[in-house]
Order: sequence, then structure tokens, then C-alpha cells
Amino acid sequence: MTAVPVGGQESLLKPVTDGITCDNPVLCQALGICSALAVTGFVSTTAVMGIALLFVASLSCFVVSLLRNVTPHRVRLIVEMLVISVLVIVVHLFLQAYWYDMSSALGPYVALIITNCLILGRCEAFALRNGPVRSALDGFGSAMGYALVLLAISLIREPLGHGTVLGVQVMPEAWLPMHLVSGPPGAFLAMGLVVWLVRTIWPEEEPTEHPEAR
Amino acid sequence: MPESALTAAAVIFLAAILTNNILLSKFLGMCSFIALSRNMKTSWGMGLAVTFVTVCTAMLNYAIYYGVLISAADAALQGRPAPWIDADLTHLAFLVFIMSIAGFVQLVEMVIERFSPVLYYNLGIYLPLITVNCAILGVSVLMVDPDRKFDFLATAAYGLGSGLGYLLAICLMAGLRAKLEHADVPKALRGLGITVIITGVMAMAFMGFTGVVDL
Repeated sequence: MTAVPVGGQESLLKPVTDGITCDNPVLCQALGICSALAVTGFVSTTAVMGIALLFVASLSCFVVSLLRNVTPHRVRLIVEMLVISVLVIVVHLFLQAYWYDMSSALGPYVALIITNCLILGRCEAFALRNGPVRSALDGFGSAMGYALVLLAISLIREPLGHGTVLGVQVMPEAWLPMHLVSGPPGAFLAMGLVVWLVRTIWPEEEPTEHPEAR
Repeated sequence: MPESALTAAAVIFLAAILTNNILLSKFLGMCSFIALSRNMKTSWGMGLAVTFVTVCTAMLNYAIYYGVLISAADAALQGRPAPWIDADLTHLAFLVFIMSIAGFVQLVEMVIERFSPVLYYNLGIYLPLITVNCAILGVSVLMVDPDRKFDFLATAAYGLGSGLGYLLAICLMAGLRAKLEHADVPKALRGLGITVIITGVMAMAFMGFTGVVDL
């Protein structure tokens, strides 16, 4: 143990801030990119995806951490997968029951939260070695970093691709929707630009804060 | 338009490679795509492993979904033979799919290790990564979409096409990245940034196939 005087509150919050800033899963570790690209066409789908991921990531890290001392090392991957898929099914059924339009808009990408490497990565790297509360906060922080980056991308793509933000017209009436931006290429290009911007302002050696985290 | 099952399967196969490329139009499998496209040999191995596992698990999950999970009423509605168990278990589909993929990958790993050490040595490191490859779960989730009405042959063609589409994209990217080694890329763009942007340009190029075949 080091003698660094850290208050209990601060040390608990550290995993959260790390997830948003220097350990940001999307920008620094290139994890969870599939859905980062797929759902960012609209701000609303992005927000729902972000909330779903916050829920699944925090709870699965919590549960995996609770089970970490009784899980044999060889079957831990299967156990983690089981925990994550049960939580994803809960989210999927909830969306189908109460918000069917959103469920169809997100399509298969809710199911694909299961294979979002972000969650499995946090379970493997953090939850297997730390207590449940810290793990849940770590999962929450990573998911928050992920959600903020996605929101930034979707805030580029929805106005340019559809002329709207959250369904409200923001561009002039004469705005021609750019299909290139709402389609797959725009997703890749917008993501590349966000990565470029963030890494120009905060070079990789000392990433402190993201523009979205202000 | 009346067409034989074989023609339909061929169309789905081509569409899955070109117009509906699983990576460039559905963004599935991006994590391994970015992490492993640094050199051609790795990309080739990963692409082949993904193709093999995708085809096999698509067929396996097709059998499980329409043999067990679907309810008899839904099966009749879609004009399929009645399942073995008449209970609507489709809400468990994600869980069962990922378990069958994980189990299959484990099995393949053991079989290859036992019978072909050379192949195991070359392919082995990719196999654990494949379980969490979204492309493979994605194919299984997409094929049971009731709107698509895939039969068994179409499912196999879709799995094979998606796997080969992934192989094509990751190998193209490995070639481009080899050239990129000597390019003067801005420091902040190196690595993730430039890879994503090049993928965007590739996706744009693949949009040129739009309308040739459709899923």
C-alpha cells in the first residue's frame, strides 16, 4: 500500500473518472466500436444505447465481482457471458414491451451488447480482482465514457445526415440531407474525426479530459 | 418473382459479401478488425477462422432456433415444420446463441488440438477471440429475423457470405496498412483514427455495389 492520502470518496470515484478520461474504452482502447458506429445515426437511438450499456456494464461488473471467488478460473468466460446475456435479455424485453419503435430502430444491436468487448474487457481486467462496488463503478465509468463519445459522434451525424437533432429541425429548411453521412461511410469518417480531434487536443501521453466530459 | 431455393441462396451469398458486407455496412466485427489487421498473415488466419465458425454456428443456431426455441404457432405462421418442443422460448435466443457459439469454439479448439497440431498452432490464438466477435453472433441474430424468411440453405449461404465478406475486408485493410507504414500520417491520427477513416473510404467504395444484388 502506498502512503498517498486518498479520501474514501475519491478512491471510489477514481474508476469512474478514469473510464471517462484516460482509460476511455472507445478512444484509447478501441473497444466496443461496432455499436459505436451502428447506432449513432440519430441522437435518440444513441442515448438509449448508452443507457442500456450503462445498465448492463455496471450490473454485470457487480455480479461478476460478487462471483469472483466462487468461479473456477477455467469457466470464468462462460460465466461472464451468461451474466451479460441475461442482463441484455432483460434490456431487450423491456424495450420490446414498453418502447417497441426504439427496439426495432436498434435492431440487432441490443443483442450485440453481449459481444461488446468493453463489458467483457472490464469484467476480465477489473471485476475479477476488485470488490463489487468498485467494479460496478468501474463498469459505469467505462460505459459513461463510451456513451459520451457516441453522443459526440451522433451530434455530428444527425444534423448533417438528417438536418435534425432529436427529431427537431435544426438546419435551414433548404438543407439537403447528406446520405453519405447518415450511411455507413459517414459513421466511420465521423468517428475518425472525433478520434483525431480528441487526440490532437489531448495527445495520448497525457490524456486528461475529453471535450464531452466538461 | 419465382426462383429456386438455390438461386435465392446464391443471391444472398453475393449480397452478404458485397452489398451487405457485415463489416462495412453493419459494423460488426470492428474490434478484431482494427486490432488484427496490422499484418496480412494474421488477418488471413483470423478471416478464415471467422468464416469457418460463422458458417457452422449459423447452421447450428438455425437448427436450435427452429427446432426448439420457436413456438409451434409461430412456426406454422412462417410455414415451417413444427418444432420438437412446443413452447415459446425465443426470448432466450441471445443466451442460447452465445452459449452455442462459445461451446462450438471450445469444441473446435479441442478437436484441432488433438488432430492437427500445425493447424492449431496457426489458428489457435484466434479461436478464443472469436467467441466475442460480434460478426458471428450478429449473423445468428440477423438470420432469425422473421422478415427475411431464410431457409436452411439460405442461412448457410448467408453465414458463408458474411464470413468471406469479413475475410475480404480485413485482408484489404491489412494490405492498405502495410502501405501506410511508409506514409506520413499526422501523429494524432495514427493507429485508430486513420484505420477508421480508411475503413470509411472502403465502405464508400463498397457502396458502388448498391443495386447489383440485394438481400
